[in-house]
Amino acid sequence: MTQTNRLDGGLIDRSETLNFTFDGKDIQGHPGDTLASALLANDVRLMGRSFKYHRPRGVFSAGSEEPNALVELRSGAAREPNTRATVAELFDGLEATSQNRWPSLSSDVMAVNDLLSQFLTAGFYYKTFMWPKSFWEKVYEPIIRRAAGLGSLSMEPDPDAYDRGFLHCDLLVIGAGPAGLSAALTAGRAGAEVILADEDFAPGGRLNAETYALDNEPAADWVGTALAELLEMPNLRLMTRTTVFGAFDHGVYGAMERVTDHLVSPPEGAPRQTHWKITAQRALHCAGAIERGIAFANNDRPGVMLAGAMRAYANRWAATADQTVAVFTNNDDGHRTARDLLAKGVNVAAVVDIRPDAQAMGDYPLFAGAKVLNAKGRLGLAEIEVRLADGGQTTVSCGALGVSGGWNPNISLSCHHRGRPVWDDRIAAFLPGPTPPAGLKIAGAAAGEFSTHGALKSGAAQAVAALSEIGVSATEPEPPRSEDAPFSITPFWHVGEGKGRAWLDLQNDVTVKDVKLAHQEGFRSVEHLKRYTTLGMATDQGKTSNMGALAVMAEMTGQTIAETGTTIFRPPYTPVAIAALAGRARDDAFRPVRRTPSHYWAEEQGAAFVESGQWLRSQYFPRKGETHWRQSVDREALAVRKSVGVCDVTTLGKVDVQGEDAATFLNLVYCNGFAKLAVGKTRYGLMLREDGIAMDDGTAARLAEDHFVVTTTTANAVPVYRHMEFVRQCLRPDLDVQLISTTEAWAQYAVAGPNSRKLLQKIIDPEYDISNEGFPFMACAEITICGGLRARLFRISFSGELAYEIAVPTRYGDALMRRLMEEGREFDVTPYGTEALSVLRIEKGHAAGAELNGQISPSHLGMARMVSTKKDSIGAVMSRRDGLCVAESYRMIGLEAEDPDKSLPAGAHLIAEGDAIDAAHDQGWITSAAYSPHLGKSIGLGFLKRGDAREGEVILVANPLQGESSRARVVAPHFIDPKGERLRA
Amino acid sequence: MNYSGFRLIKEALTGHRGWKPAWRDPEPKSRYDIVIIGGGGHGLATAHYLAKVFGEANIAVLEKGWIGSGNVGRNTTIIRSNYMLDGNEPLYEFSLKLWEGLEQDLNYNAMISQRGVLNVLHSDAQRDAFRRRGNAMILNGADAELLDAKGVRDMAPFLNFDNARFSIKGGLLHRRGGTARHDAVAWGYARSADRHGVDIIQNCEVTGFRIEDGAVQGVETARGYIGAGKIGVAVAGNSSRVMATAGMRLPIESHVLQAFVSEGLKPVVPGVITFGAGHFYVSQSDKGGLVFGGDLDGYNSYAQRGGLPVVEDVCEGGMALMPMIGRARILRMWGGVVDMSMDGSPFIDRTHIDRLYFNGGWNYGGFKATPASGYAFAHLLATDTPHETAAAYRLDRFGRGAMIDEKGVGAQPNLH
Amino acid sequence: MIITHPILGPRDASEFTYLGDASLIDRPDGMNEGAAEAFLDYVYLRDNPAGEHRELWYHEQGDRSWLVVTRDTVTHEVTKVELACDVALAARSAT
Repeated sequence: MTQTNRLDGGLIDRSETLNFTFDGKDIQGHPGDTLASALLANDVRLMGRSFKYHRPRGVFSAGSEEPNALVELRSGAAREPNTRATVAELFDGLEATSQNRWPSLSSDVMAVNDLLSQFLTAGFYYKTFMWPKSFWEKVYEPIIRRAAGLGSLSMEPDPDAYDRGFLHCDLLVIGAGPAGLSAALTAGRAGAEVILADEDFAPGGRLNAETYALDNEPAADWVGTALAELLEMPNLRLMTRTTVFGAFDHGVYGAMERVTDHLVSPPEGAPRQTHWKITAQRALHCAGAIERGIAFANNDRPGVMLAGAMRAYANRWAATADQTVAVFTNNDDGHRTARDLLAKGVNVAAVVDIRPDAQAMGDYPLFAGAKVLNAKGRLGLAEIEVRLADGGQTTVSCGALGVSGGWNPNISLSCHHRGRPVWDDRIAAFLPGPTPPAGLKIAGAAAGEFSTHGALKSGAAQAVAALSEIGVSATEPEPPRSEDAPFSITPFWHVGEGKGRAWLDLQNDVTVKDVKLAHQEGFRSVEHLKRYTTLGMATDQGKTSNMGALAVMAEMTGQTIAETGTTIFRPPYTPVAIAALAGRARDDAFRPVRRTPSHYWAEEQGAAFVESGQWLRSQYFPRKGETHWRQSVDREALAVRKSVGVCDVTTLGKVDVQGEDAATFLNLVYCNGFAKLAVGKTRYGLMLREDGIAMDDGTAARLAEDHFVVTTTTANAVPVYRHMEFVRQCLRPDLDVQLISTTEAWAQYAVAGPNSRKLLQKIIDPEYDISNEGFPFMACAEITICGGLRARLFRISFSGELAYEIAVPTRYGDALMRRLMEEGREFDVTPYGTEALSVLRIEKGHAAGAELNGQISPSHLGMARMVSTKKDSIGAVMSRRDGLCVAESYRMIGLEAEDPDKSLPAGAHLIAEGDAIDAAHDQGWITSAAYSPHLGKSIGLGFLKRGDAREGEVILVANPLQGESSRARVVAPHFIDPKGERLRA
Repeated sequence: MNYSGFRLIKEALTGHRGWKPAWRDPEPKSRYDIVIIGGGGHGLATAHYLAKVFGEANIAVLEKGWIGSGNVGRNTTIIRSNYMLDGNEPLYEFSLKLWEGLEQDLNYNAMISQRGVLNVLHSDAQRDAFRRRGNAMILNGADAELLDAKGVRDMAPFLNFDNARFSIKGGLLHRRGGTARHDAVAWGYARSADRHGVDIIQNCEVTGFRIEDGAVQGVETARGYIGAGKIGVAVAGNSSRVMATAGMRLPIESHVLQAFVSEGLKPVVPGVITFGAGHFYVSQSDKGGLVFGGDLDGYNSYAQRGGLPVVEDVCEGGMALMPMIGRARILRMWGGVVDMSMDGSPFIDRTHIDRLYFNGGWNYGGFKATPASGYAFAHLLATDTPHETAAAYRLDRFGRGAMIDEKGVGAQPNLH
Repeated sequence: MIITHPILGPRDASEFTYLGDASLIDRPDGMNEGAAEAFLDYVYLRDNPAGEHRELWYHEQGDRSWLVVTRDTVTHEVTKVELACDVALAARSAT
């Protein structure tokens, strides 16, 4: 192909030729082309298929509102479906493929739908496919789903990188057309921090598409001069290829910059796109206007396009869809198209203007007071039928038809906070309403200023007004001399005669007839109309379709268009890639990884790790010859019971509580008493939520009269600290108490087992007595180890053995772990992970996350008596409600498997023997379970109704989810050392 | 007029001239036996069951805007019965059974599609919790299957199995879960209620109650006073506002919940998939759009629009779970106002005002409950006793300590 | 959203964690007569207004201040931001 429809002039660089393919065919274009302009220049009119009827379609617009010319861009993992050919910047090597067709774009089997269109009217599917009942999912829906969608995903992970960033400015100017450029110049000269963003790769907006002069220069020259000045300004950031897609609260705007989409592939390390969150003191919406069509029979033929787009292709891209064109219009704009194409040497066969008094702007046949009845030509327009003013009819041969039904100010962003637009008869269109997002003003065609002069003037004036609100004074410049034609329009929406369907929503195949049917069936509210017919739900979100349909509905109901109203405008202005919004937070970088100080030591030992929130914790430490995790875990658990083990418990939350009133404060936070805890002692504490449910448990150690160290569970470290700050700041600001989270400041290890004291004695500096008498169970102290290293020692036990937790400043954590291993060799010290930790605590009957799941009261835990009645504490009052403490309610129990070969699955439900296995007889569930190597059987913890009164009962463990059941004996939830002798040894 | 394939063919051949309005547009009468406030899914369903099952005549549904303009017209269309707690699962399972016969009941194709709901899990603790839930579902007559990682991979090979921050260890599959065409649910109930004589009155905002001697007499509306024997309020999202006019404070906060739809794509996602290590769930509509969402924005709001942090959070979840959606584009994002209750569960109950009944607090899960909520509310209105599947949804449950807190986060609505 | 912290100036709302109605500052005394009723109201019932709302935000990714933010729940406009401890202290001295 040889660019047979390439015209003279335009803003393309003919010195370079770009090779690209469309459906495998090799084609050429030039820098400055879009995919659409290059295809038109190469006489390609057929670019896509519609959604429902698979009608052949060509390009309709020259912008991001394009409903028809959607392609799959690139191939393999980089394939990007539904890409608008009108905004896809041409690059050498571009690959584009048409979509929603089979086997080929020109012969699409599914076009049979078009023949069945009589049956496929608006909402037809709501009325059928109901019989027989089973056929919907087996037959009908699969057929419908096979036909669903437009383009297809590659099914491979997105290969590109994406970034996110923040920007701040005094004034964000959205759109770099005449109004935006004028605003940016005004604000930039005043010294304000300005961001000027435009979705196009070439700033200038409509100035690039028109032939007007500004100060007697070609518009493009003026744009060039303006840009040169803007680029010199250190206080202005020009962002091309950047779509401001949404207005959010308090002056935050979402903007998507297509950083490298115009290259074959992103250079190493560069993102494909960047999502900018722009916080702007003020913003100015200068996004222009979008032209609308006129509905007539078969107005969807390839070659039928918006008149302004036809003109843009000729003037900016030096391309025409055909050498012979016609125009159908109800306003002067159509005539500009005819004039400009004529000037480019294109044959203008006719201008059909519905206004009887229309005047020609050039030497072309004008049919005033006439209308287009029909468009003919299957894969491309061949001729139009015209109803003349005198009632006669004629046929005009043409390969393209430019249609102008007027222009709609681009109000989308100005309605993102649900402000409703207002109708303006002067331009027969909606204008932004009186309540745009706070801080946003509107200028230029987006505000209904359709002349070049008006746009330049209003851009500058609104910039001055916006800046004055934030105390920046700016001066409105004298705008360049430019056209200032008044806008003249006779509203006209659809022809209403002629055979065949007249399209309103091109992509979704919604026709005038569908709107009439919706009206007939009572779907008259605009929202019902939209939802019933799918009007405006296509990828352009109604930019090219809604107005025509509103007009048809208004005609049917006898209301005005203003009374009919619009649907709601929502972000994004144009669709944005999911990957770009996610930025770099994907795959293994989805969330940060938190590692404990002994992590790398554990890695050296070959530990298996487990996620605990964002933490990675050692799960178990397999030794040579161990082939199953249970072997390692059993060994670790037994080692603790027999000699000594060490477990990294750094991830537990730690809160330092200091101040004269620290004890008073903890007395409020914990349901049990803390006021009288002696210095040097640690106490188990249960924290309740204010609704009386257990929130967390842990210990509080009193290191000094005015100093406590509180520990929380790993999972609740953040919420508990937040809660404690709430209590401190909001409930008891009168107390002298300060909190600081020290979770990351201290590395902490549990040293557990009968030999734990002996091991610690080897590293603790000799002046500290940790004998049973000198440092009894629940003692705590600040000590030094290894010759002067500051440490904290707590004699607490999660395992039920003689045990300690020792904390050192984080940077010594790794060294301490290595030292413990070295010094413990004589005791065969064993590092143990979270699995063995869990086995040990189940054996001891300590509640953990599975028990403290946010639904459990102190009474359920068997701890009702811990809730002090002598003081006020968070949650105490609510914990006494009947439902949380009556005898019939749940109680924590222990379970022992009756069959030693069967494990007890956590999450199984408990049912009394002989009862039916159903919800009515459901009496509880297993929270945690493990194999106890110490006891040689499977054990578990759980909650059972009246559980405390049912010790000895054999109960059914029902796990129908996995098709199994077994029996277990209800026991007290302490499997070892119920009297606590070991931990006091 | 009955809808059927034959009818469609006949109309197609005769220019579709025979179709009648799906519901009438009546003037309000001065008095009804039962007035339902709220022409959303729950209100319309209540009217349908009152008329069809409980034989009530003389019913009106009052809607301040257009019917279906609340959360039934603004949700991610998921239907499921995969709850854990005794108070909840019976109602949701009842609801799913009603969904399964809904199209025949309503003579309206709401495109109920049971393509399954898969909750992906990422840790042993999550598997235990899912086991408890899955077993509760089965004990309540619902279906559930526990999948291992391979089982998940067989169903959804496009998930991130190779490079995930939180690896996929399995999933809980609820095959009877799926989606329904949300708007059609409202329209189907409206059309059926109308056919059973219910007056559906749009653009009729209720501005206050007339209460005498502790009993409600009727409502003041934008279209005048309407007397009522009984009044049922089903205005989730606006419950606090409406009930405040009756002098009630509720255990409810209004929050914004966002949802998203992509451009139309050839179908790739089989059913509903939820991410267990972040806020993301997704399905794909019969039109091809990926329909997805995540967490609440988290603050009280009636603004019906959300903010960028949640948009990013949801997309991060999507990319973490299924990085093949990266090049799909979000077409539209929207925010709905949901009644977030203090334990994450709803209310269907009498109020302390005689003959005034309340249905609300549906959190982010009202759509799936639509049929059963309507049925149970109709039962309560008609018989003055709670339906057996909704017996736990009492307003006084907090006083009794009988919360229904699936997530175990307590009296903080934005965490449910 | 942007919250203008009384000490730190304008900060993105994503730095904060939201709790709820600022009435949570007015905790009843658990030792008082009738505490059960008072707590039922305090813990569970909310005005939930459409319009001006005083609410608690915690600057979790910042200085860990609890703030009382006065914000319109319909427009999201923020009209006042105070340190919660100041509000709580003032309430204490008032009673």
